[in-house]
Amino acid sequence: MSSSKNTSSQLRVGDKPWVKWLLIGLTLFLTAILLVVPLISIFQQAFVEGIAHYFSSLLEADTLHAIGLTLLVAALTVPINLVFGVMLAWAVTRFEFPGRKLLMTLMDIPFAVSPVVAGLLYLLLYGNNGWIGSWLYDHDIQLMFAWPGIVMVTIFVTCPFVARELIPLMQQQGREDEEAAVILGASGWQLFRRVTLPNIKWALIYGVILTNARAVGEFGAVSVVSGNIRGETNTLPLLVQAQYEDYQAAAAFASASLLAMLALLTLLLKAFIEWRLERSIKLESDKEKKTTA
Amino acid sequence: MATHLSAADTRPRHKRVLPGLSLSLGTSLLFISLILLLPMAGLVMQSVDMGWDRYWQVITDERVVASYKVTLWAAALASIFNGFFGLLLAWVLVRYDFPGRRILDALVDLPFALPTAVAGITLATLYSQNGWYGDILESIGIKIAYTPWGIVLAMAFTSIPFVVRTVQPVLEELSPEEEEAGMTLGASDWSVFRRVIFPALWPALMTGIALSFTRSLGEFGAVIFIAGNMPYVSEITSLMIFVSLQEFDFPAASAIASVVLMASLILLFAINVWQARYLRRLHGRS
Repeated sequence: MSSSKNTSSQLRVGDKPWVKWLLIGLTLFLTAILLVVPLISIFQQAFVEGIAHYFSSLLEADTLHAIGLTLLVAALTVPINLVFGVMLAWAVTRFEFPGRKLLMTLMDIPFAVSPVVAGLLYLLLYGNNGWIGSWLYDHDIQLMFAWPGIVMVTIFVTCPFVARELIPLMQQQGREDEEAAVILGASGWQLFRRVTLPNIKWALIYGVILTNARAVGEFGAVSVVSGNIRGETNTLPLLVQAQYEDYQAAAAFASASLLAMLALLTLLLKAFIEWRLERSIKLESDKEKKTTA
Repeated sequence: MATHLSAADTRPRHKRVLPGLSLSLGTSLLFISLILLLPMAGLVMQSVDMGWDRYWQVITDERVVASYKVTLWAAALASIFNGFFGLLLAWVLVRYDFPGRRILDALVDLPFALPTAVAGITLATLYSQNGWYGDILESIGIKIAYTPWGIVLAMAFTSIPFVVRTVQPVLEELSPEEEEAGMTLGASDWSVFRRVIFPALWPALMTGIALSFTRSLGEFGAVIFIAGNMPYVSEITSLMIFVSLQEFDFPAASAIASVVLMASLILLFAINVWQARYLRRLHGRS
């Protein structure tokens, strides 16, 4: 990974033992204060009123409903953004066309925009007074302050993740393999399934995990369009807020602990996939070295 | 906002043999138009509808202007802190081997993986009067929760990974020759770092700080729990939009949102242009 490990015994900047251990110590100290202790405190607060209370607050009807709604939102958002991400990455890495750079910048907008603004954009358009919303209202369709609105803003907020993981990788891999397959007579679907997909598999899974984590945890955008109806339009992060503001701290942290566990699982999967990606890139370059030699 | 610096566009031009241009480009354009451009057009229309005088009055309202100031200051302080902390983390992760390095590397992404509302209530609880940290800090007379410093803290927490992840790859690819030459000539660690390493790192460092700043400007979930949300003192601009919405004042909410949106779009384009120039230099193309 780092070049420091395979070079000679030459001393490099910061290799003096006292500098090295001072910097490592400082980093570990700051990380403990800023990240580790807060993480531990979530679970400590969740169990502050005992294990029985923890499970009983998780089994309340409102909590179960919030868990269900959150899973529904993720289950709808992830596949839609997966398809979009692959399409976009294919278009911008496999073809040249005017406006290609602009398209890639546009795709980044949801990352740069405040989630509250994102929620507002949808409320203005699809709310009862909006262009589309007033027409929908006449036809008795309610998107805002209901679960479809939550899904819509979550799609907005998470749409760049898959494409962002795929684009650098697909650019690096180039199109030679795929062009060869086409010349050999592969159909579009065969090409994608047999050539492209195996190459981008891990980056794709990585993108999906990031999309899922954000979809489950989104707060600002969702709180604008949800209407906060407890037991109806509360996702898990919104329930955390509602419980916290009702002075039910232990219940809020119990709900939060579920989200924290998902975050830890996300980090674990991410570390695993990074390791696989590193390995596949290394195998690839070894293969190239052999063929050129 | 690329956090991955890749060797973009180094391939020669090809004749088009691959299928799927119209399908993939068509789907992408349709999706971006529906999901992104249409709602943004809606915001512009709403703001135009209200007339210039009213628009100006809303966005220069004293309480709103106070919120711009707090948000900008807090985001600036948070991203400067992350500049230092992120550089330190990246350095330690790339240069040293020690037990727990891989765990530390994974842990850096915690602020991205943890929902912001969870971060918000956790920080608020830790730093409030009865919390683990609040208790200690109170005894030496420092108050963080429910003051503007709480906003800085929440913004810093949620944007920790940006600088680390932009600096890390550059640090990994840094060639050791110049550095070793400097060391052999007897220069001190600090002067070699300042003259050789830092000039190679700073474009990535600046990108990371800018990304961290952009994210902090828009942060909402983590901030509102710890900020105390006192008018003129610790209200962030995103909260002003939210407050206007709760009063059903859609025009005011849109006007403030249009300012926030404009600021983030300008930042986004600036970062992209900056990165494109910096990548070109990195790969030795004109």
